[in-house]
Amino acid sequence: METPLESRAGWARWQRAWWYHAMQYGQTWRGSVAGTVLFPIFYLAAMGVGVGHLVAAHTGLVQGQTYLHFIAPSLLVTTAMQLGEGESLWPVLAAVKWVRTYHAAVSTPLEPEDVLVGKLTWVATRSLAGGIVYTVVIGAFGALHSWWALTLPLLSVLTTLAFAGPLVAYATTAESDASFSTLYRFAFVPMFLFSATFFPVASYPGYLRPLVQLVPLYHAVALGRAAAVGSGAPAALAAHLLVLVALTVAGVLVGRRTIRRRLVD
Amino acid sequence: MSETILEAHGLVKRFGDFEAVRGIDVSIARGESFGFLGPNGAGKTSTMRMISAVSAPTSGSIRIFGLDPTTDGPAVRSRLGVVPQEDNLELELSVRLNLEMFGRYFDLPRRVIRERTRELLAFAQLSERAEDRVDDLSGGMKRRLTIARALINQPELLILDEPTTGLDPQARHLLWDRLYRLKRDGVTLIVTTHYMDEAEQLCDRLVVMDHGRIVAEGAPRALIEQHSSREVVELRFSTDSHEEFLDVLAPFAPRVEALPDRALLYVDDGDATLHDIHASGLTPASALVRRSSLEDVFLRLTGRTLVD
Repeated sequence: METPLESRAGWARWQRAWWYHAMQYGQTWRGSVAGTVLFPIFYLAAMGVGVGHLVAAHTGLVQGQTYLHFIAPSLLVTTAMQLGEGESLWPVLAAVKWVRTYHAAVSTPLEPEDVLVGKLTWVATRSLAGGIVYTVVIGAFGALHSWWALTLPLLSVLTTLAFAGPLVAYATTAESDASFSTLYRFAFVPMFLFSATFFPVASYPGYLRPLVQLVPLYHAVALGRAAAVGSGAPAALAAHLLVLVALTVAGVLVGRRTIRRRLVD
Repeated sequence: MSETILEAHGLVKRFGDFEAVRGIDVSIARGESFGFLGPNGAGKTSTMRMISAVSAPTSGSIRIFGLDPTTDGPAVRSRLGVVPQEDNLELELSVRLNLEMFGRYFDLPRRVIRERTRELLAFAQLSERAEDRVDDLSGGMKRRLTIARALINQPELLILDEPTTGLDPQARHLLWDRLYRLKRDGVTLIVTTHYMDEAEQLCDRLVVMDHGRIVAEGAPRALIEQHSSREVVELRFSTDSHEEFLDVLAPFAPRVEALPDRALLYVDDGDATLHDIHASGLTPASALVRRSSLEDVFLRLTGRTLVD
């Protein structure tokens, strides 16, 4: 029993934590929404159409597709990854250390797990919205060939969570942001460039190919491409899916412990 | 004594090898203003976090509103207000949204949140600044907002960790005034402080903590009567060490203490003692007679001053 029922709004605790992020986003949504709509158009125009022109002139099709079609799904999942990264490091460290707003939250009926779930569901919400916009833009560029493409927004959510889960867990243990820039320089940027994102895995030297396949983003890219064209070997797709789900689940399980240790011990 | 609102037995909090709180017993009645007094590092904040139903004790037991906070945390916290030592407001949001956001955390209906936000803005004298970003407020305003925010759920028990640390005298008096009003309305207050005057002003009863233990407990006046003399003579000599004067001063008072910057004589009649000292030919650079305070109690009990 919390406060008497008649004076309660009836939201679950994690939903109240979700609402906090929504409220915060409400202050800055204009700039953010413009980016969500415009960046896909810019990227597809510049890389898909612009660079695609060169690719067409030199090598023709890439894996049987125009370059635009080839990279459109990668752009969607890399954007989802970047959302997961950007939302999970500095904002979380600020909330547990600098501004301590998560500490404020757990002085109310919210538990640390509610704060974590509220955060991740909020990031997932944004990723879903971003994924829908991206899918529509890709469609407008004529790069969707299957009903499976309708799963792209869900893939966006899963990709975001596969990064946000472990990174939030990590950020709640951090004492400073020194390691965050290192992560960007030596992990996120290389991952963005070398996950078979902009050229097929076949064009990597043989000894590098297994390495590429270890990278989480590679699996999201592979799934995105499969969804856009509506084909792919079921076993391989299941393996890709498993990697992303495993990262998400591991992130949540570890995060539950780390956020509790940080906020209430 | 009326209904007990909070009861703790053998409370211990350990961080690795470090024992921050080493076995504390307290019992606080509904409507009381209760203080935890002690220097930095005495274990006050760790104690506050346990009795705020946030951090679980390493051992010992707590009942708040008759509930166990380790199993009923959300239910206990829904009836508490907590003002942390450092403001943890949402700096980018407006004053109003900070209050509304907390209302959400307590799952209050929209209508109730709107009503209370209006009342609390007035209570904290922030109605004019309602739409301003918190980042632009002064330290005193932020503190008042933090207190207002802690009242959004109309708590039965308000816990304040060093509510006026870092505020100027005017801001402190304004805050004290707001806390009196809450007390008058029947809210139970628990306050930590290392300011003696604050403890004397706000607390019906208090405990003095040192090194994670309670070293004294009682009403401020009773503690002073019990552990100190009626008056204190403070003498400053032009010397590097007031210790040197302990022997010379010993005949003038039942108890003499030397601090780095002054000597303290604990006596019943300060003026008479000061007269005797001057008559003996001693020439302190400055002399002051004052009433005993909680600071003296603390010095007596721990051999140290409260604010280093």
